[in-house]
Amino acid sequence: MDCVPQGIRAVPDRALLSVRDLSISVSAPHGERLIVDRVSFDVGAERVALVGESGSGKSLTARALMGLLRRPLKVSAGRLEFEGVDLRALTPARWAAMRGSSMALILQDPRHALNPVLRVGRQMDEVLRIHQKLSAAERRDRTEEMMLAVGLAEPARTARAFPHELSGGLGQRVMLAMMLVNGPRLLIADEPTSSLDESLRDQVLELMVSLVEHRRMGLLLISHDLQQVARYCERVLVMYRGRLVDVRRTQDLAGAEHPYTRILWSCRPGGRTYGTELPVLVRDADERLDMAP
Amino acid sequence: MNRPRRPFTSADLCLGTAVLGVALFAALMAPWLAPFDPIAQDIGQRLSPPTLTHLLGTDGLGRDILSRLIYGTRPTLALVALVMVLSVPIGLTVGIVAGYCGGRIERLLMGVTDVVMAFPTLVLALAFVGVMGPGLINSAFALALTGWPAYARLARTETLQMRRSDYLAAAEMHGIVGPRLLWGHVLPACVPSMQIRLALDLAAIILAAAGLSFLGLGMGPPTPEWGAMIADGSKVIFDQWWVAASPGAAILLLSVAFNLIADGLRAAGDPSRA
Amino acid sequence: MIAVRIDGLCVQYDHHSHGRPVIKALDLKIDAGETFGVIGPSGCGKSTLLRVLAGIHRDWHGQVRVFDQDLIPNRRFAGALRRDVQMVFQDPYGSLHPLHTVERTLSEPLQVNGVTAVRDRALQALEEVKLPPSMLGRFPHQLSGGQRQRVGIARALLLRPTLLLLDEPTSALDLSVQAEILNLLNRLKVSHNMTYLLVSHDRNVVAHMCDRAAAMDAGKIERIIGRDELSQINPDDTERKVP
Repeated sequence: MDCVPQGIRAVPDRALLSVRDLSISVSAPHGERLIVDRVSFDVGAERVALVGESGSGKSLTARALMGLLRRPLKVSAGRLEFEGVDLRALTPARWAAMRGSSMALILQDPRHALNPVLRVGRQMDEVLRIHQKLSAAERRDRTEEMMLAVGLAEPARTARAFPHELSGGLGQRVMLAMMLVNGPRLLIADEPTSSLDESLRDQVLELMVSLVEHRRMGLLLISHDLQQVARYCERVLVMYRGRLVDVRRTQDLAGAEHPYTRILWSCRPGGRTYGTELPVLVRDADERLDMAP
Repeated sequence: MNRPRRPFTSADLCLGTAVLGVALFAALMAPWLAPFDPIAQDIGQRLSPPTLTHLLGTDGLGRDILSRLIYGTRPTLALVALVMVLSVPIGLTVGIVAGYCGGRIERLLMGVTDVVMAFPTLVLALAFVGVMGPGLINSAFALALTGWPAYARLARTETLQMRRSDYLAAAEMHGIVGPRLLWGHVLPACVPSMQIRLALDLAAIILAAAGLSFLGLGMGPPTPEWGAMIADGSKVIFDQWWVAASPGAAILLLSVAFNLIADGLRAAGDPSRA
Repeated sequence: MIAVRIDGLCVQYDHHSHGRPVIKALDLKIDAGETFGVIGPSGCGKSTLLRVLAGIHRDWHGQVRVFDQDLIPNRRFAGALRRDVQMVFQDPYGSLHPLHTVERTLSEPLQVNGVTAVRDRALQALEEVKLPPSMLGRFPHQLSGGQRQRVGIARALLLRPTLLLLDEPTSALDLSVQAEILNLLNRLKVSHNMTYLLVSHDRNVVAHMCDRAAAMDAGKIERIIGRDELSQINPDDTERKVP
């Protein structure tokens, strides 16, 4: 953790990603339903967490940032800019060029995100070919370099493996390698450790953070576990049912005033809470989950 | 079953059902719809092209093709229904029992399934009908005999999936076992994939039935069967193309209708998949 | 009173184990009214232990006694035993039949066990887990994860069990939802006078819920962890990994 930037900002000096009034709705048979309601935030070359429960809209927001949402989901925003480029107006071709080389997305289960019938090395090679003009030898070198950077001790062997042959931790490292090999400026990680064993989670997160720091990238880390992300991020954005309800620096979390943030922060069970009731949110009992595609 | 009735939002489903509806209507109302008696011959008018009286022309024996087409829906749909009624329950039973029991029973049942599946449908059907004689019932039996393995395999897969998950364990915790379990829990899980497969199969059955009657193994003259009509029409296809084209088009339309229904069912059949 | 007494339990075969013994000569004693935890890595046999006690996994040998009733290998539970022992499963979506409404899921166990006034009991079950009556007509895919797990708990309580087996009941849930479910489970244990056996890979959940716990590995119980030691297990929320 050598290259930690000094000082913690509530708002970044220069935003990599700038979002204003982002809304996502879905056209259902009985009219349009708003899933994400006017979310606004900036992400600079810093580590930001986007925290909320399932159904809060955080994953959809991540996908909207990468231009991955299709009908019947509709995205609208007052501003959606990445390094000055207006993302709302991008053609599919330009999006394809951006994804992976400017912005990267890493998902929960690497085995589902990778092509199951292609070897991992081949997929990495493809990613390099799409975004950069390099010779085959150069691509091989880059691949190996990146794999070593994510802590894969035997790059050649791992490259020959198929995704399902990689255990959770290895799979996630490979995903990271693939997503970072083209040098994006922003990494969006959607629940990257939820499908991993407890023991591996910290490892993968530390790796991610160290890579992001080393390359002076921005990181948007999405999770439902506030305490986990608080250990690694400088700022936290809290979402609840489609709205951004709180924005806080991590060091201010313990003293947060917003009731939802307070509950998310203190709802973890442990030996100390034995015999007590954990703090919970009083919910709207008719909370309904319509699975959006 | 406690399944939701979704409104017909799928265009495929609507169109397919509409065409099927027309065929059913024709089958039921044939005596009132058909302008002529389907077996009444009028040799003087034989092989005449479509006119205002005979909208689709006449065949080699002067019989009105439109009327024969309308009456032809009866054996076609009857055969299709019979095959469905025979092959699906057999397939489901074999598949569910195999999937649920596992072990030797499963291996035995699936072995039999594989053997039957290895036979080419039409050849086996031909052999059966050749031995048992032609006719609607025998044709239906013949086609059902080779049709059930597909359902058995689907049912077994679904049943295995249920076994691997906690559904059956949860039911067992409350003493829900045996037939009640198979009927109320395992069977409904098999239905969505069954429906789709069935709709597709029906299209194939129509074609197979037409094939059988084309070869003279259907119900026999003078019953208007579409396949037999095509056989008759094929003899004069170059000069009097309408004789074969009309029943051919009817078969095509009905097959497409079943395919559309299958597509629409994929969307509407499972409450959790849009 | 002893709720569960196990002597020399051996489970030879599990569909995952490829012939290796899954549980080897396990001894365990759980007192009535306790919440007893089992912690261990995946594959240690803790889920199999639960399934043996639940009567789902019947291929075992040894001595197992639940509330003074002996369990017999290769025999399904029947009668009072079948009602007294119930289970809450890990993935509520995997244990609620996707094509059954909540009403069907809650009614069928009652019908099969000869309970009358089925609808009233189903509504009562929903109330016990703080779900509104409108849930009856919903399908599992129309419920959130927390709601599904509540239905799973309601179902487990239908026959008024005395021993409730909990197989990673909150692993599939968000932290905030997990807190609600844990609170609910604790309240229900008191109101329904039950004994809990809770299996989890999450030490913090066990530390919060359990009076005592067993650490299991490779089919054996390594040691019993007392309350004092459990109190020491806490999430390290104060340690920041990055300044």
